[in-house]
Amino acid sequence: MGSGEGSAFPGLDAPRLRAFICRMAFTAPRYAAPSPPPGPERRGVVVVGGGLVGLTLALDLAQRGVAVTLLDDDDTVSTGSRAICFAKRTLEIYGRLGLGPRMLAKGVTWRKGRVFHGAHEAYAFDLLPEEGHEYPAFINLQQYYAEAWLVEACAAAGVDLRWRHKVSAVHPQAAGVELAITTQGGDYALHADWLLACDGARSFVRESLNLPFTGQVFRDRFLIADVVIKGDVAFPTERWFWFDPPFHPGQSVLLHKQPDNVWRIDFQLGWDADPEVERQPDRVIPRVQAMLGPDLPFDLEWVSVYTFRCRRLEKFRHGRVIFAGDSAHQVSPFGARGGNGGVQDADNLAWKLAAVLNGTAPESLLDSYDAERIAAADENILHSTRSTDFITPKGKAAQAYRDAVLDLAAQHPFARSLVNSGRLSRPAILAGSPLNGPDAGQGGAVPGSPLPDAPLRRDGQPDWLLRQAKGQEMLLVCAPPGPPPLPGLPTLFLSPEEAPHAAHDHAGLARLRLGLPPGGAALVRPDQHVAARFAWPDPVAIQAARARLWGRA
Amino acid sequence: MSLDTSPRIADPDALFALLVEAHRGLDEAESRRLDARLVLILANQLGDMAVLRAAIALARDAASRGETG
Repeated sequence: MGSGEGSAFPGLDAPRLRAFICRMAFTAPRYAAPSPPPGPERRGVVVVGGGLVGLTLALDLAQRGVAVTLLDDDDTVSTGSRAICFAKRTLEIYGRLGLGPRMLAKGVTWRKGRVFHGAHEAYAFDLLPEEGHEYPAFINLQQYYAEAWLVEACAAAGVDLRWRHKVSAVHPQAAGVELAITTQGGDYALHADWLLACDGARSFVRESLNLPFTGQVFRDRFLIADVVIKGDVAFPTERWFWFDPPFHPGQSVLLHKQPDNVWRIDFQLGWDADPEVERQPDRVIPRVQAMLGPDLPFDLEWVSVYTFRCRRLEKFRHGRVIFAGDSAHQVSPFGARGGNGGVQDADNLAWKLAAVLNGTAPESLLDSYDAERIAAADENILHSTRSTDFITPKGKAAQAYRDAVLDLAAQHPFARSLVNSGRLSRPAILAGSPLNGPDAGQGGAVPGSPLPDAPLRRDGQPDWLLRQAKGQEMLLVCAPPGPPPLPGLPTLFLSPEEAPHAAHDHAGLARLRLGLPPGGAALVRPDQHVAARFAWPDPVAIQAARARLWGRA
Repeated sequence: MSLDTSPRIADPDALFALLVEAHRGLDEAESRRLDARLVLILANQLGDMAVLRAAIALARDAASRGETG
């Protein structure tokens, strides 16, 4: 999926890398390229880029009944593991789309991390110290698995998948976009009422529109090696990060375990490293051996040398062209904010566009995508930039402060909080969103927060709060069941006692995490975010919040 | 709390000697790292971002006036 690849790794040279792929438990599928249509075509929604974000967006739209055409210039999934860390919120989104359990089953679950300085541990952390959530803080899963399953789900949902259909020209119009498409069987013209550009960091659509993509380049290079270890390894399933380890002095190293016994190792190389030289196996293998020991047999599955940037578009919506994922914003890999941020873009955009297309909402609702996701991108860029400045200090003073933090971290808790090896992706709280309504809650999920998960019982069976929010607007009422406050608004009673036609909030965690008093209510968006909180289900107040949520107020 | 620049140290000469003594035998890089550790420890002890911002601004301002004056 060339156009949709997470191009955080622009050093990739696919043919050369495939040459030294030694063993893969995963066999990359090849998708059939459909013949071009006989003449010009019109389509409602066209997604460009069949990477993680484009496929997620296409699937979400298709499940909402929107006809989607997806164009990709390649015919397979991503090469190499790429975005491996799937955060809890991303898994919850895939839970809603039907892929969560499969990802959880295949992925390597982790929640603990360790940071080493020199030969010693400086700091350890636990990302999810709290019980009562269906999904863990993180799983590691190669991006190609996620993409392959998304393709299957898209096909099943009726997405018109056009592999090896490459966009060669983009001409925005008042009511859509004229595209020129190139295929092996010939070229054709395609009119899209809406164009969703998910074509990665080097987005052709973005370049065609001549939109500035500005930010910061970091003067450093990193080597990624995916290695398949063939013996027993002493590393537990945790994120391990080294500053200045004995096996790679003066630089940092990051280790993650993936399924199929694949280990992902990121070596910091410094700005002066030659990417062509460093990606050669005879350079990579000694680095890995220095880390794992000379006797542990391993194969190289994927190697890439990359630099990175933090930058974004000024606006993500440009009339009928909307950008999502790396085409809209790019971050460094530390913190796992690229793929996770992009999937949250898709989650945010799909219901809004579906609502505009089916007439539930005015077109102006789409402006809230800009408001909400630009704020989220800025948060991701801020964290990512700070992590990178810690990992790659600019100048001697920054280096001294970084090393001083690490000197103190082993003994002193205050310094541990300053260690920044990547602030791992947390869902954006859309606190300033124009869609947020009144807030009568206290603590817990303020309007704009993703709906928190909590254990429930339904008909005596264990269940989860998030599973009740299936992609529709809904009202949660923390009370024994009664008549719904508003006819036509799906309502779920979170009952403190077991009752028919209600979810049993047996541990009280749903109400606690929602921050509601007994009898309180929360309006939940189609993307499982809290829109408003009410002290009691007042129909007038709820109706006003709904109007705001759908962009009609 | 705001930044207090009135004299608060009972024995200023002893403080100065203490700081200089802490750096004895260190090369430039080690000294810089010692100062960085000290700043971090004191910043945490202070625990007030507004005062820290004011202190950093004052330190920068003093440096620029030192250059021009």
